[in-house]
Amino acid sequence: MYGLCILSALIALIPLLLIFYHTISLGVSALNVDFFTKLPKPVGEPGGGLANAIIGTIILVGLGSIVGLPVGVFAGVYLSEFGNNKFATIIRFLTDVLNGVPSIVIGVVAYTIVVLPMKHFSAYAGGFALGILMIPIVTRTTEEMLKTVPNSYREAALALGIPQWKATLRIIIPVALGGIVTGIMLAIARAAGETAPLLFTALNNRFWHTTLDQPIASLTVFIYNYGVSPFEDWIAQAWAGALVLILLILLLSIAVRIVTRQRY
Amino acid sequence: MDVIQGIQTVVSPKIVSRNFGDTVFKYLSQFFAFLILLLIVLMAYEMYASSSLSIQKFGWSFLTSTEWDPVADQYGALPFIYGTLMSSLIALVIAVPIGVGIAIFLVELAPKWLERPFSFIVELLAGIPSIVYGLWGFFVMVPWIRTTVEPFLSRHLGSFPLFEGAPYGVGMLAAGVILSIMILPIISSISRDVLKAVPVSQKEAALALGSTRWEATRIALSYSRSGIIGATILGLGRALGETMAVTMVIGNRPVIKASLFEPGYTMASVLANEFTEATTEMYISALIEIALVLFVVTLLVNTVARLLVWSFTRNADAGGRL
Repeated sequence: MYGLCILSALIALIPLLLIFYHTISLGVSALNVDFFTKLPKPVGEPGGGLANAIIGTIILVGLGSIVGLPVGVFAGVYLSEFGNNKFATIIRFLTDVLNGVPSIVIGVVAYTIVVLPMKHFSAYAGGFALGILMIPIVTRTTEEMLKTVPNSYREAALALGIPQWKATLRIIIPVALGGIVTGIMLAIARAAGETAPLLFTALNNRFWHTTLDQPIASLTVFIYNYGVSPFEDWIAQAWAGALVLILLILLLSIAVRIVTRQRY
Repeated sequence: MDVIQGIQTVVSPKIVSRNFGDTVFKYLSQFFAFLILLLIVLMAYEMYASSSLSIQKFGWSFLTSTEWDPVADQYGALPFIYGTLMSSLIALVIAVPIGVGIAIFLVELAPKWLERPFSFIVELLAGIPSIVYGLWGFFVMVPWIRTTVEPFLSRHLGSFPLFEGAPYGVGMLAAGVILSIMILPIISSISRDVLKAVPVSQKEAALALGSTRWEATRIALSYSRSGIIGATILGLGRALGETMAVTMVIGNRPVIKASLFEPGYTMASVLANEFTEATTEMYISALIEIALVLFVVTLLVNTVARLLVWSFTRNADAGGRL
């Protein structure tokens, strides 16, 4: 039976290795300078890149951060510093529940709240959806990280007559800052990789966007559209996009590992 | 954690009082925490209100009708509900034994130095975006399933209705397999935390009574049963809502067929495919009602799972991490 356990551990590695292998081997051919600097070309014309999609993803994640980070960090501070009551238990629970809501459902909600009143797809709607996705991740990691700060710090600050808000902002949060930034990076990685909530909020755009209240391109939606297309060079660019995404997430995960290892 | 409250219980409340800044700070952060509650209520309300057209017209039969005909404006969600449940079920059948196996491997067998890097690698699977799974599934896994897995299954188990018919590649089986890879990390990492939370005395007692190492492990497994069930249900919650990868490999046909080789459709993928194409108000309304159904189902599933994992690991303080 232990043999089966070792076997299952090995089986788990196979898809991971295969996904990395295929993404690298198929993606690297279309990965060149044009990919990062040029606009998508129409069907039939070779070349072109996904520069607008890369910038679009950055803008969407930026908008998402504006929505998600303040709520996430402050809610995390509340749960850790004032979270010894029933209300906080409920919020903690709802945060986990929100983490489990499918991202496509969040996209539908962003559609009804932002797209329908504005009557058109926009970067704001996409950013709003990504922001909601980021909230639970940031909240929970902020809370966990603040809780690792020893209580004696709080007591020492209060004993010196420092008001609690100042102690939290100037002493407790700086001590846990590395961990909080880790949570923020995890949330950014997740938001950057999301496709489903963007499909009918940010939609897509084959050109540079000029304002934020119009549809905007994103790397993930381009990977989807190109991946299911029948054109060879589009498919190759989809793999290149996937490679860029995977590298980004790998780098973030390793950075997170290094930061958290120092903490424990 | 509220230190001031703690001090107030010891000292007279009049001596230690919050200053103005503290009050503002507390209510400000409480306000943001409250926003999370508000958000979930708002989500439910928005979807309910936006799907009122479809709810009024079809009522409960929306959930039991198999007819999905946008041209005739007739909508029934049963094929999608079936597809979501079936693909998730296949995923669980594959992922739970492997995930628990990994957890046992990490807790009982692996040398200490291996545990962290191995957990890291398995959890990398959780970080890969859904769209990359979709791309890989569509171009690599589906051809493999079409040329190798499905012919093999139909040759050996073809007499069962489950493995009947022509090997398309895309279909329920492909969706289940890709989902199983995606939910493996959550199942294995929570099972590992749960197994670790089993008191050492349990295993020591078993070993002292003369049981073998494997028998001691089995006792640990049965001790942590509710936690592993919780991990399974959390994996289920993840599988139910997974969109992009499933959309690319399931075939997207709203039918209910016994064979796993046949194409299907899930609630999440019908939203991904048809939302931007929906032309009539009723069509949009029906799609939003599907989102509402998906929301309610995942809400229930996650609630049950969290309660199970929480109740088990509360003492070990490991449950809330994922």
